[in-house]
Amino acid sequence: MSAITHHVPDAILASYAAGSLPQAFAVAVASHVSLCEHCRAALEAHQAVGGVILEDTEFVAVSAKLKDSILAQLDAPFTPEPVYERNGIFPGPVMEVMQRHAPRWKKLGMGVRQDILSADAHGSVRLLYIPPGQAVPDHSHNGLEMTLVLQGSFSDETGRFGVGDLEIADETVDHTPVADPGTACICLAATDARLRFNALVPRLLQPMFRI
Amino acid sequence: MLTQTLDRQNLAKSNKVTPRRERESVSQVKTEYSNETIWMLAVRDNRDRGAFSALFDHFAPRLKGFIIRGGASPQQAEEIVQDVMLTIWRKADMFDPHRAQVSAWIYQIARNRRIDIARKENRPMPEALKEEPELEPDASQILGLEQEATQLKQALATLKPEQREVIEKAYLGELTHQEISTQTGLPLGTIKSRIRLGLQRLRHELKDLTQ
Repeated sequence: MSAITHHVPDAILASYAAGSLPQAFAVAVASHVSLCEHCRAALEAHQAVGGVILEDTEFVAVSAKLKDSILAQLDAPFTPEPVYERNGIFPGPVMEVMQRHAPRWKKLGMGVRQDILSADAHGSVRLLYIPPGQAVPDHSHNGLEMTLVLQGSFSDETGRFGVGDLEIADETVDHTPVADPGTACICLAATDARLRFNALVPRLLQPMFRI
Repeated sequence: MLTQTLDRQNLAKSNKVTPRRERESVSQVKTEYSNETIWMLAVRDNRDRGAFSALFDHFAPRLKGFIIRGGASPQQAEEIVQDVMLTIWRKADMFDPHRAQVSAWIYQIARNRRIDIARKENRPMPEALKEEPELEPDASQILGLEQEATQLKQALATLKPEQREVIEKAYLGELTHQEISTQTGLPLGTIKSRIRLGLQRLRHELKDLTQ
Protein backbone atom coordinates (compact mmCIF):
# COMPACT_ATOMS: atom_id res chain seq x y z
CA MET A 1 0.00 0.00 0.00
CA SER A 2 3.01 2.20 -0.51
CA ALA A 3 1.99 3.85 -3.73
CA ILE A 4 -1.18 5.75 -2.85
CA THR A 5 -0.89 9.11 -4.57
CA HIS A 6 -4.49 10.37 -4.73
CA HIS A 7 -5.74 11.32 -1.28
CA VAL A 8 -8.86 12.74 0.34
CA PRO A 9 -9.01 16.55 -0.04
CA ASP A 10 -8.87 18.21 3.34
CA ALA A 11 -12.27 19.90 3.32
CA ILE A 12 -13.83 16.49 2.68
CA LEU A 13 -11.80 14.93 5.49
CA ALA A 14 -12.89 17.73 7.87
CA SER A 15 -16.50 17.19 6.80
CA TYR A 16 -16.13 13.45 7.40
CA ALA A 17 -14.66 14.10 10.88
CA ALA A 18 -17.54 16.45 11.69
CA GLY A 19 -20.11 14.03 10.31
CA SER A 20 -21.57 16.33 7.66
CA LEU A 21 -20.43 14.22 4.70
CA PRO A 22 -23.22 12.29 2.93
CA GLN A 23 -23.30 8.61 3.86
CA ALA A 24 -22.16 7.25 0.47
CA PHE A 25 -19.05 9.45 0.51
CA ALA A 26 -18.39 8.59 4.14
CA VAL A 27 -18.13 4.92 3.07
CA ALA A 28 -15.55 5.85 0.43
CA VAL A 29 -13.57 8.08 2.81
CA ALA A 30 -13.60 5.53 5.67
CA SER A 31 -12.42 2.88 3.19
CA HIS A 32 -9.61 5.06 1.88
CA VAL A 33 -8.51 5.96 5.43
CA SER A 34 -8.43 2.24 6.24
CA LEU A 35 -5.81 1.85 3.49
CA CYS A 36 -3.95 5.15 3.89
CA GLU A 37 -1.90 6.05 6.95
CA HIS A 38 -1.34 9.53 5.57
CA CYS A 39 -5.06 10.36 5.53
CA ARG A 40 -5.58 8.61 8.87
CA ALA A 41 -3.08 11.02 10.44
CA ALA A 42 -4.75 14.00 8.76
CA LEU A 43 -8.14 12.79 10.00
CA GLU A 44 -6.73 12.55 13.52
CA ALA A 45 -5.55 16.15 13.20
CA HIS A 46 -9.13 17.19 12.39
CA GLN A 47 -10.42 15.21 15.33
CA ALA A 48 -7.90 17.04 17.51
CA VAL A 49 -9.37 20.37 16.35
CA GLY A 50 -12.83 19.03 17.14
CA GLY A 51 -11.56 17.99 20.57
CA VAL A 52 -10.24 21.48 21.27
CA ILE A 53 -13.60 22.97 20.29
CA LEU A 54 -15.37 20.48 22.57
CA GLU A 55 -13.02 21.42 25.43
CA ASP A 56 -13.77 25.10 24.91
CA THR A 57 -17.54 24.72 24.62
CA GLU A 58 -19.56 26.62 27.17
CA PHE A 59 -20.75 24.33 29.96
CA VAL A 60 -24.36 23.41 30.36
CA ALA A 61 -24.95 21.82 33.76
CA VAL A 62 -26.25 18.27 33.60
CA SER A 63 -29.15 17.15 35.76
CA ALA A 64 -28.27 15.85 39.19
CA LYS A 65 -29.35 12.27 38.56
CA LEU A 66 -27.44 11.78 35.28
CA LYS A 67 -24.15 10.73 36.83
CA ASP A 68 -25.69 8.18 39.18
CA SER A 69 -27.76 6.80 36.35
CA ILE A 70 -24.62 6.30 34.25
CA LEU A 71 -22.54 4.87 37.09
CA ALA A 72 -25.32 2.37 37.78
CA GLN A 73 -25.12 1.15 34.19
CA LEU A 74 -21.38 0.52 34.03
CA ASP A 75 -21.75 -3.18 34.80
CA ALA A 76 -24.89 -3.69 32.75
CA PRO A 77 -24.52 -6.20 29.92
CA PHE A 78 -24.39 -4.69 26.44
CA THR A 79 -24.04 -5.89 22.90
CA PRO A 80 -20.74 -4.79 21.39
CA GLU A 81 -21.07 -3.24 17.95
CA PRO A 82 -20.09 -5.60 15.15
CA VAL A 83 -16.54 -5.24 13.85
CA TYR A 84 -16.09 -5.50 10.10
CA GLU A 85 -12.65 -6.78 9.20
CA ARG A 86 -10.96 -6.36 5.87
CA ASN A 87 -11.56 -9.34 3.60
CA GLY A 88 -9.18 -9.72 0.65
CA ILE A 89 -9.37 -6.54 -1.39
CA PHE A 90 -12.40 -5.21 0.51
CA PRO A 91 -11.73 -2.79 3.41
CA GLY A 92 -13.84 -3.07 6.58
CA PRO A 93 -16.27 -0.23 5.70
CA VAL A 94 -17.02 -1.94 2.35
CA MET A 95 -17.56 -5.25 4.15
CA GLU A 96 -20.03 -3.42 6.37
CA VAL A 97 -22.07 -2.15 3.42
CA MET A 98 -21.88 -5.62 1.81
CA GLN A 99 -22.91 -7.14 5.16
CA ARG A 100 -19.99 -9.55 4.67
CA HIS A 101 -21.45 -11.03 1.47
CA ALA A 102 -19.32 -11.67 -1.57
CA PRO A 103 -20.13 -9.25 -4.43
CA ARG A 104 -23.26 -10.08 -6.42
CA TRP A 105 -22.17 -8.95 -9.84
CA LYS A 106 -24.59 -7.95 -12.56
CA LYS A 107 -23.42 -7.66 -16.15
CA LEU A 108 -23.48 -4.22 -17.72
CA GLY A 109 -22.09 -5.35 -21.11
CA MET A 110 -18.56 -5.34 -22.58
CA GLY A 111 -17.43 -7.44 -19.62
CA VAL A 112 -18.15 -4.60 -17.18
CA ARG A 113 -20.03 -5.67 -14.07
CA GLN A 114 -21.43 -3.86 -11.08
CA ASP A 115 -22.93 -4.60 -7.70
CA ILE A 116 -25.11 -1.87 -6.22
CA LEU A 117 -24.49 -2.02 -2.48
CA SER A 118 -26.84 0.78 -1.53
CA ALA A 119 -28.86 3.35 -3.44
CA ASP A 120 -31.42 5.89 -2.36
CA ALA A 121 -32.33 9.51 -2.88
CA HIS A 122 -29.14 10.65 -1.12
CA GLY A 123 -26.73 8.73 -3.29
CA SER A 124 -25.37 5.32 -4.14
CA VAL A 125 -22.47 3.03 -3.31
CA ARG A 126 -21.54 0.32 -5.79
CA LEU A 127 -18.71 -1.90 -6.87
CA LEU A 128 -17.50 -1.84 -10.46
CA TYR A 129 -15.59 -4.63 -12.20
CA ILE A 130 -13.80 -3.53 -15.35
CA PRO A 131 -11.85 -6.06 -17.46
CA PRO A 132 -8.27 -5.10 -18.37
CA GLY A 133 -8.19 -2.52 -21.17
CA GLN A 134 -11.94 -1.95 -20.99
CA ALA A 135 -13.55 1.47 -20.56
CA VAL A 136 -16.29 2.27 -18.11
CA PRO A 137 -19.23 3.57 -20.18
CA ASP A 138 -18.68 7.26 -20.83
CA HIS A 139 -20.47 9.28 -18.21
CA SER A 140 -20.61 12.57 -16.42
CA HIS A 141 -22.19 13.39 -13.09
CA ASN A 142 -25.05 15.35 -11.65
CA GLY A 143 -23.11 15.72 -8.45
CA LEU A 144 -19.85 14.43 -7.07
CA GLU A 145 -18.48 10.94 -7.67
CA MET A 146 -15.78 9.29 -5.57
CA THR A 147 -14.01 6.25 -6.97
CA LEU A 148 -11.70 4.16 -4.79
CA VAL A 149 -9.55 1.53 -6.50
CA LEU A 150 -9.59 -1.83 -4.67
CA GLN A 151 -7.84 -3.98 -7.27
CA GLY A 152 -5.84 -3.27 -10.44
CA SER A 153 -5.76 0.27 -11.73
CA PHE A 154 -7.43 2.62 -14.19
CA SER A 155 -6.46 5.72 -16.06
CA ASP A 156 -8.54 8.58 -17.34
CA GLU A 157 -8.08 12.15 -18.56
CA THR A 158 -6.93 13.21 -15.10
CA GLY A 159 -4.30 10.56 -14.33
CA ARG A 160 -3.59 6.99 -13.26
CA PHE A 161 -5.25 5.48 -10.18
CA GLY A 162 -3.93 2.37 -8.40
CA VAL A 163 -5.04 0.42 -5.33
CA GLY A 164 -6.02 2.79 -2.53
CA ASP A 165 -6.18 5.86 -4.77
CA LEU A 166 -9.33 7.95 -4.52
CA GLU A 167 -10.55 9.88 -7.54
CA ILE A 168 -13.03 12.69 -6.93
CA ALA A 169 -14.86 14.02 -9.97
CA ASP A 170 -17.60 16.64 -10.04
CA GLU A 171 -20.10 17.52 -12.75
CA THR A 172 -17.50 19.49 -14.67
CA VAL A 173 -15.48 16.33 -15.33
CA ASP A 174 -16.56 14.35 -18.37
CA HIS A 175 -14.18 11.45 -18.07
CA THR A 176 -13.68 7.96 -19.45
CA PRO A 177 -11.87 5.70 -17.00
CA VAL A 178 -10.12 2.78 -18.75
CA ALA A 179 -8.82 -0.21 -16.80
CA ASP A 180 -5.09 -0.64 -17.29
CA PRO A 181 -3.86 -3.83 -18.99
CA GLY A 182 -3.06 -6.80 -16.79
CA THR A 183 -5.52 -7.26 -13.93
CA ALA A 184 -9.22 -6.50 -13.93
CA CYS A 185 -9.92 -3.27 -12.07
CA ILE A 186 -12.36 -3.36 -9.15
CA CYS A 187 -13.52 -0.03 -7.72
CA LEU A 188 -15.87 1.29 -5.12
CA ALA A 189 -17.89 4.15 -6.61
CA ALA A 190 -19.92 6.53 -4.45
CA THR A 191 -22.21 9.28 -5.70
CA ASP A 192 -24.59 11.76 -4.15
CA ALA A 193 -26.71 11.73 -7.33
CA ARG A 194 -27.74 9.48 -10.17
CA LEU A 195 -25.20 8.99 -12.95
CA ARG A 196 -25.87 10.25 -16.48
CA PHE A 197 -24.56 8.16 -19.33
CA ASN A 198 -23.71 9.91 -22.55
CA ALA A 199 -23.99 6.94 -24.90
CA LEU A 200 -27.55 6.11 -25.96
CA VAL A 201 -27.73 2.46 -25.00
CA PRO A 202 -26.48 2.83 -21.43
CA ARG A 203 -28.94 5.69 -21.01
CA LEU A 204 -31.79 3.37 -22.03
CA LEU A 205 -30.49 0.78 -19.61
CA GLN A 206 -30.19 3.26 -16.79
CA PRO A 207 -33.66 2.80 -15.27
CA MET A 208 -33.20 -0.95 -15.42
CA PHE A 209 -29.81 -1.09 -13.79
CA ARG A 210 -30.03 2.03 -11.65
CA ILE A 211 -26.66 3.15 -12.88
CA MET B 1 12.35 18.85 30.97
CA LEU B 2 11.63 18.94 27.27
CA THR B 3 15.23 18.17 26.32
CA GLN B 4 15.22 15.23 28.68
CA THR B 5 12.07 13.93 27.10
CA LEU B 6 13.51 14.20 23.62
CA ASP B 7 16.71 12.43 24.65
CA ARG B 8 14.64 9.69 26.11
CA GLN B 9 12.75 9.32 22.88
CA ASN B 10 15.98 8.98 20.93
CA LEU B 11 17.24 6.41 23.39
CA ALA B 12 14.02 4.47 23.12
CA LYS B 13 14.31 4.50 19.34
CA SER B 14 17.86 3.18 19.34
CA ASN B 15 16.90 0.25 21.58
CA LYS B 16 13.94 -1.69 20.32
CA VAL B 17 13.20 -2.98 23.80
CA THR B 18 13.10 -0.31 26.44
CA PRO B 19 15.54 -1.11 29.23
CA ARG B 20 14.20 -1.32 32.76
CA ARG B 21 15.74 1.92 33.98
CA GLU B 22 14.02 3.72 31.11
CA ARG B 23 10.70 2.29 32.15
CA GLU B 24 11.16 3.80 35.58
CA SER B 25 11.81 7.21 34.16
CA VAL B 26 8.80 6.81 31.87
CA SER B 27 6.56 6.40 34.90
CA GLN B 28 8.03 9.61 36.30
CA VAL B 29 7.12 11.40 33.10
CA LYS B 30 3.60 10.06 33.47
CA THR B 31 2.96 12.53 36.25
CA GLU B 32 3.29 15.25 33.59
CA TYR B 33 0.26 14.03 31.67
CA SER B 34 -2.89 16.11 31.77
CA ASN B 35 -5.55 15.07 34.27
CA GLU B 36 -7.83 13.93 31.46
CA THR B 37 -5.16 11.57 30.10
CA ILE B 38 -4.38 10.19 33.57
CA TRP B 39 -8.08 9.58 34.23
CA MET B 40 -8.64 7.98 30.84
CA LEU B 41 -5.65 5.65 31.24
CA ALA B 42 -6.89 4.67 34.72
CA VAL B 43 -10.28 3.83 33.23
CA ARG B 44 -8.68 1.90 30.36
CA ASP B 45 -6.09 -0.02 32.34
CA ASN B 46 -7.68 -0.39 35.79
CA ARG B 47 -11.41 0.12 35.16
CA ASP B 48 -11.13 2.89 37.74
CA ARG B 49 -14.60 4.23 38.63
CA GLY B 50 -13.25 7.22 40.51
CA ALA B 51 -11.34 8.27 37.41
CA PHE B 52 -14.45 7.71 35.30
CA SER B 53 -16.40 9.90 37.68
CA ALA B 54 -13.75 12.63 37.28
CA LEU B 55 -13.99 12.30 33.47
CA PHE B 56 -17.74 12.67 33.77
CA ASP B 57 -17.42 15.84 35.85
CA HIS B 58 -15.04 17.31 33.30
CA PHE B 59 -16.67 16.28 30.04
CA ALA B 60 -20.41 15.82 30.66
CA PRO B 61 -21.28 19.55 30.95
CA ARG B 62 -19.04 20.33 27.94
CA LEU B 63 -20.62 17.53 25.93
CA LYS B 64 -24.08 18.77 26.85
CA GLY B 65 -23.22 22.30 25.76
CA PHE B 66 -21.62 21.02 22.57
CA ILE B 67 -24.59 18.82 21.67
CA ILE B 68 -27.11 21.57 22.37
CA ARG B 69 -25.09 23.89 20.14
CA GLY B 70 -25.45 21.20 17.48
CA GLY B 71 -29.24 21.63 17.66
CA ALA B 72 -30.43 19.03 20.18
CA SER B 73 -32.94 19.77 22.94
CA PRO B 74 -31.55 19.70 26.51
CA GLN B 75 -33.29 16.40 27.17
CA GLN B 76 -32.01 14.80 23.96
CA ALA B 77 -28.58 16.17 24.80
CA GLU B 78 -28.56 14.40 28.17
CA GLU B 79 -29.49 11.13 26.49
CA ILE B 80 -26.60 11.54 24.08
CA VAL B 81 -24.24 12.50 26.92
CA GLN B 82 -25.26 9.27 28.65
CA ASP B 83 -24.59 7.21 25.50
CA VAL B 84 -21.25 8.90 24.96
CA MET B 85 -20.11 8.42 28.57
CA LEU B 86 -21.09 4.74 28.50
CA THR B 87 -19.24 4.32 25.20
CA ILE B 88 -16.15 5.87 26.80
CA TRP B 89 -16.33 3.23 29.55
CA ARG B 90 -17.04 0.32 27.22
CA LYS B 91 -14.59 1.18 24.47
CA ALA B 92 -11.82 2.48 26.72
CA ASP B 93 -9.43 -0.14 25.34
CA MET B 94 -9.60 1.64 21.97
CA PHE B 95 -8.13 4.81 23.46
CA ASP B 96 -4.53 5.32 22.34
CA PRO B 97 -2.89 8.41 23.86
CA HIS B 98 -0.11 8.21 21.25
CA ARG B 99 -2.61 9.06 18.52
CA ALA B 100 -5.36 11.06 20.17
CA GLN B 101 -6.00 13.48 22.97
CA VAL B 102 -8.84 12.42 25.26
CA SER B 103 -10.93 15.35 24.00
CA ALA B 104 -10.31 14.35 20.35
CA TRP B 105 -11.28 10.76 21.07
CA ILE B 106 -14.46 11.84 22.85
CA TYR B 107 -15.28 14.36 20.10
CA GLN B 108 -15.24 11.52 17.60
CA ILE B 109 -17.51 9.34 19.79
CA ALA B 110 -19.93 12.24 20.26
CA ARG B 111 -20.07 12.94 16.51
CA ASN B 112 -20.72 9.25 15.76
CA ARG B 113 -23.55 9.12 18.24
CA ARG B 114 -25.13 12.27 16.84
CA ILE B 115 -24.99 10.89 13.28
CA ASP B 116 -26.32 7.48 14.28
CA ILE B 117 -29.35 9.19 15.79
CA ALA B 118 -29.86 11.72 13.00
CA ARG B 119 -29.49 9.27 10.10
CA LYS B 120 -30.65 6.10 11.79
CA GLU B 121 -27.66 4.35 10.27
CA ASN B 122 -24.13 3.92 11.50
CA ARG B 123 -21.44 6.24 10.35
CA PRO B 124 -18.91 4.21 8.38
CA MET B 125 -15.69 4.07 10.39
CA PRO B 126 -12.17 3.27 9.23
CA GLU B 127 -10.80 -0.11 10.27
CA ALA B 128 -9.24 0.00 13.72
CA LEU B 129 -5.46 -0.02 13.61
CA LYS B 130 -3.93 -3.37 14.38
CA GLU B 131 -1.92 -2.65 17.49
CA GLU B 132 1.58 -3.96 17.69
CA PRO B 133 2.22 -6.02 20.82
CA GLU B 134 2.23 -3.37 23.51
CA LEU B 135 5.70 -2.11 24.38
CA GLU B 136 6.08 0.54 27.01
CA PRO B 137 4.11 3.71 26.28
CA ASP B 138 6.20 6.39 24.63
CA ALA B 139 5.70 9.17 27.16
CA SER B 140 7.46 11.76 25.03
CA GLN B 141 5.03 11.18 22.17
CA ILE B 142 2.03 11.36 24.49
CA LEU B 143 3.30 14.57 26.04
CA GLY B 144 4.22 15.98 22.65
CA LEU B 145 0.68 15.41 21.43
CA GLU B 146 -0.72 17.13 24.51
CA GLN B 147 1.56 20.11 23.95
CA GLU B 148 0.47 20.33 20.34
CA ALA B 149 -3.17 20.34 21.39
CA THR B 150 -2.51 23.08 23.95
CA GLN B 151 -0.84 25.22 21.31
CA LEU B 152 -3.65 24.49 18.88
CA LYS B 153 -6.10 25.67 21.53
CA GLN B 154 -4.15 28.91 21.95
CA ALA B 155 -4.08 29.42 18.20
CA LEU B 156 -7.85 28.94 17.94
CA ALA B 157 -8.32 31.40 20.80
CA THR B 158 -6.57 34.15 18.84
CA LEU B 159 -8.88 33.88 15.84
CA LYS B 160 -11.24 36.72 15.06
CA PRO B 161 -14.72 35.91 16.44
CA GLU B 162 -16.23 35.44 12.97
CA GLN B 163 -13.42 33.09 11.94
CA ARG B 164 -13.76 31.14 15.14
CA GLU B 165 -17.50 30.90 14.50
CA VAL B 166 -16.96 29.34 11.07
CA ILE B 167 -14.44 26.83 12.43
CA GLU B 168 -16.85 25.87 15.22
CA LYS B 169 -19.68 25.44 12.75
CA ALA B 170 -17.50 23.25 10.54
CA TYR B 171 -16.57 20.90 13.40
CA LEU B 172 -20.10 20.87 14.77
CA GLY B 173 -21.13 19.39 11.43
CA GLU B 174 -23.12 22.43 10.34
CA LEU B 175 -21.21 23.07 7.12
CA THR B 176 -21.08 20.90 4.01
CA HIS B 177 -17.71 19.94 2.58
CA GLN B 178 -18.18 22.57 -0.15
CA GLU B 179 -18.84 25.21 2.51
CA ILE B 180 -15.81 24.09 4.49
CA SER B 181 -13.57 24.53 1.47
CA THR B 182 -14.99 27.92 0.56
CA GLN B 183 -15.83 29.46 3.94
CA THR B 184 -13.30 28.54 6.57
CA GLY B 185 -10.57 30.51 4.83
CA LEU B 186 -8.09 27.99 6.20
CA PRO B 187 -5.72 26.30 3.81
CA LEU B 188 -6.65 23.00 5.41
CA GLY B 189 -5.41 21.19 2.33
CA THR B 190 -1.84 21.54 3.47
CA ILE B 191 -2.34 19.48 6.61
CA LYS B 192 -0.41 16.44 5.60
CA SER B 193 2.00 14.04 7.24
CA ARG B 194 1.64 12.67 10.72
CA ILE B 195 -0.69 14.17 13.28
CA ARG B 196 1.90 16.15 15.22
CA LEU B 197 3.24 17.72 12.09
CA GLY B 198 -0.33 18.23 10.94
CA LEU B 199 -1.17 20.08 14.12
CA GLN B 200 1.96 22.19 13.89
CA ARG B 201 1.06 23.20 10.38
CA LEU B 202 -2.51 24.03 11.26
CA ARG B 203 -1.27 26.12 14.14
CA HIS B 204 1.03 28.04 11.85
CA GLU B 205 -1.74 28.56 9.36
CA LEU B 206 -3.99 29.85 12.11
CA LYS B 207 -1.19 32.15 13.18
CA ASP B 208 -0.75 33.46 9.65
CA LEU B 209 -4.44 34.10 9.49
CA THR B 210 -4.45 36.27 12.58
CA GLN B 211 -1.48 38.40 11.59
